[in-house]
Amino acid sequence: MKKLLAALVGTLALASAPVALSAEATKELKMAYDADPVTLDIHEQLSGGILQLSHMSFDPLVRWTKDLEFEPRLAKSWERVDENTMRFKLREGVKFHSGNELTSDDVKFTYERLKKSQDFKAIFKPFSGFNIIDDYTFELVTSKPFPLLLNTATYLFPLDSEFYSGETEAGKKKDAILKHGNSFASDNLSGTGPFKVVSRQQGVRMEFERFADYWDEESPGNVKNVVLTPIKENNTRISALLSGGVDFVAPVPPTDLDRIRRDRNSELVTISGTRIILFHLNQNRVEAFKDPRVRQAVAYAINQEGIAAKIMKGFATPAAQLSPAGYQGHNESLEPRHDVKKAQELMKEAGYEDGFTITMMAPNNRYVNDDKIAQAAAAMLARINIKVDLKTLPKAQYWPAFDDRAGDMMLIGWHSDTEDSANFYEFLTFCTEADSGAGQYNAGNYCNPELDVLVAKASVETDLDKRAAMLQEVEQRLYDDAAFVPLHWQDLAWASKKNVKIEPVLNVMNFPYLGDLVIE
Amino acid sequence: MFVISVIAFAIQDGLGDPLQEMVGMSVSQEEREVLRDELGLNDPVLVQYLRFAGNALQGDLGDSYFYSKPTLEVIAEHLPATLELVIGASLMIMLLSVPIGVYAAIRPQAWLSKFFMGVSTVGISIPVFLTAIVLIQIFSIGVTVAWFPADTGWGQWLNGALSTEGGLPSYGRGDDLTHLFGTWYSGFFTREGLMHLVLPCVSLASIMLPLFIRLVRAEMMEVLQSDYIRYARAKGLSAGRVNFLHALKNTMLPVITVGGVQIGIMVAYTILTETVFQWPGVGLMFLEAITRSDIPLIVAYLMVVGLIFVITNTLVDLVYGLVNPTVKLTGKKA
Repeated sequence: MKKLLAALVGTLALASAPVALSAEATKELKMAYDADPVTLDIHEQLSGGILQLSHMSFDPLVRWTKDLEFEPRLAKSWERVDENTMRFKLREGVKFHSGNELTSDDVKFTYERLKKSQDFKAIFKPFSGFNIIDDYTFELVTSKPFPLLLNTATYLFPLDSEFYSGETEAGKKKDAILKHGNSFASDNLSGTGPFKVVSRQQGVRMEFERFADYWDEESPGNVKNVVLTPIKENNTRISALLSGGVDFVAPVPPTDLDRIRRDRNSELVTISGTRIILFHLNQNRVEAFKDPRVRQAVAYAINQEGIAAKIMKGFATPAAQLSPAGYQGHNESLEPRHDVKKAQELMKEAGYEDGFTITMMAPNNRYVNDDKIAQAAAAMLARINIKVDLKTLPKAQYWPAFDDRAGDMMLIGWHSDTEDSANFYEFLTFCTEADSGAGQYNAGNYCNPELDVLVAKASVETDLDKRAAMLQEVEQRLYDDAAFVPLHWQDLAWASKKNVKIEPVLNVMNFPYLGDLVIE
Repeated sequence: MFVISVIAFAIQDGLGDPLQEMVGMSVSQEEREVLRDELGLNDPVLVQYLRFAGNALQGDLGDSYFYSKPTLEVIAEHLPATLELVIGASLMIMLLSVPIGVYAAIRPQAWLSKFFMGVSTVGISIPVFLTAIVLIQIFSIGVTVAWFPADTGWGQWLNGALSTEGGLPSYGRGDDLTHLFGTWYSGFFTREGLMHLVLPCVSLASIMLPLFIRLVRAEMMEVLQSDYIRYARAKGLSAGRVNFLHALKNTMLPVITVGGVQIGIMVAYTILTETVFQWPGVGLMFLEAITRSDIPLIVAYLMVVGLIFVITNTLVDLVYGLVNPTVKLTGKKA
């Protein structure tokens, strides 16, 4: 049914597209995010800000639609040649900001650069080769069958190979990726995207202008100039919108949702997000957590729905598993469990009726209300006689502590880079293995090799129905085992002036497709 | 300055790991180690300090991790914004505190003086970010008051009088800045720039203004009690001449001293004001540097602010000598 609806919406959108075709870009958009992109080099860091920039000044081969389907962008079409090979047809006549034309060489250049990027190479690890067939045809080859090939292609934003090749006047290589220090690419940009960067003063403002030769002539977008101002302080960002200083702000903190709803001139859009917030129960530090009954007791004691309603003010979707709805692994039968009686019984059964004392750690400026969530959870655990010694830290100090797995219960939020369930398991529940990086963020030290094997199998299964069944089984077994305590998926919120129609360009990945934005 | 650099360097361990902000979550441990080596973060603190001090002596305070530029350059880009804020607020304080303070001293019983004193007590006890948020709500978003019955004439009038339109810019410095020299883009010369300055300056001034009003008033009252003023009065000089020429001159001496020190402190207070108004100055930059553990920038900021303190205090001492001839700087014969 959902699929059918999506298809219907899709055809409707297509049908209405030609009407907007003649839209001339004349409008100005002033927007405020909580931060501006740290660099213009989209391969330097894998972060939300950089991906937002990528979608403004570049185009991916394919991109996600609102319903998590794939939409062709620079790749016109694709077909599987064999189990390990996918052949793409490139759109013709696409121009970069520099005036160069997009060909398979540019895609290959980008692919190779991604393989060298510290942040992106993990995502592109399954790929083993790149074959150029002709100027507009190429093949991506993986070493094993890879079901997430298209998911990964959403990260491939072709760069202008001619622009990024050679040396600068200072004799530095233009294609160098530098995490620190200035590289050519961190200050210069040439992509195929709807907006060119006009000026940039880091941390202060950034100006974009619509690219006159933008290939997508069917885009309804009518924004000519974009001014991005980073406003870190929540209150100030919202004030800027309410006072008319900016047209579009994100993110909107839960405390200000009502303020915007009440305002006549503003509009609020919220979407249930895909970032899971959860607690790890460290089995190496606390003997009791080795007992599944104790872990279940903790899961029963913590009231996800209460946290989502009271602390997050309804701005979160209570979770019983890692995969949000729409992901292959999402198992609809799993419901958040909350039953203090049951929790007490389980504790009794396990022989911990009198409880014990643990330490809990959480960041206090990373996720929405992270410290308050931890406080609430600590209070809830007191009801099953687990005394919690809570410590909250700013994120810069929290992550080193997290890497050391320094607390008995630790809070973490995770968003799957591939928009796929397997990524959750690989980082959060796999048996920790330093060499391969498996279970890198599994601060619970939970280890179930059977599940790891199952996920590994799913990762080479190209029959998507079979794969979904496997991943859902993993989700079920993690739930039964109470491998961790999921809390909720953080919702996303944006707000704009009424005449700025943001709703159609927003998506759960939080990459607004501003090129298609219509201002009335 | 040496002490500042040592302290600044010593706190860096408590600030967390700068790498977290530089790499994505899925980057492996080994790659982080490589990067850490490149940045020299794995060396003992003493080695790091000596390297820093060596470079600092040659005027190089290192590169910011986040901006990938020399820290002094980053500070130079942000400093003008802060200085304009401080200058604007100082002007406001000077122009308001002296007349009000003098008035309150000359007519301590007048209801207007009592009103000013009352307001200043309230002003001094409200934290600056609250002032700022209230100012934004009233003057830039606007408030609609509907406390009084709208169907009566007086109710409508009161509602209208208490509601505000808003419209003043609530963040940033605006687009229309005038380039003065180097990295200095000024907001003093355009209407838009000035409009953007109003709210931040008012809220920054709100901390110091009550202090100065009280200071001027107290000093003035004391001076008015002194013998030479009585003589002057007895001599039959006009009240204006006595108050504004003879008394005010001596009143200003301690005010200048305190003022100089306070300007230095004001630079520090800008951290709060700039955060609320997204004012792209050094205060905001510093706060963000802390959340990002951008250690070189933090150290450089502390050094520069320390330098500003030293300079303002020196200037104050020099000015003091000019205003009050009884004070002689050392090195001269008394």
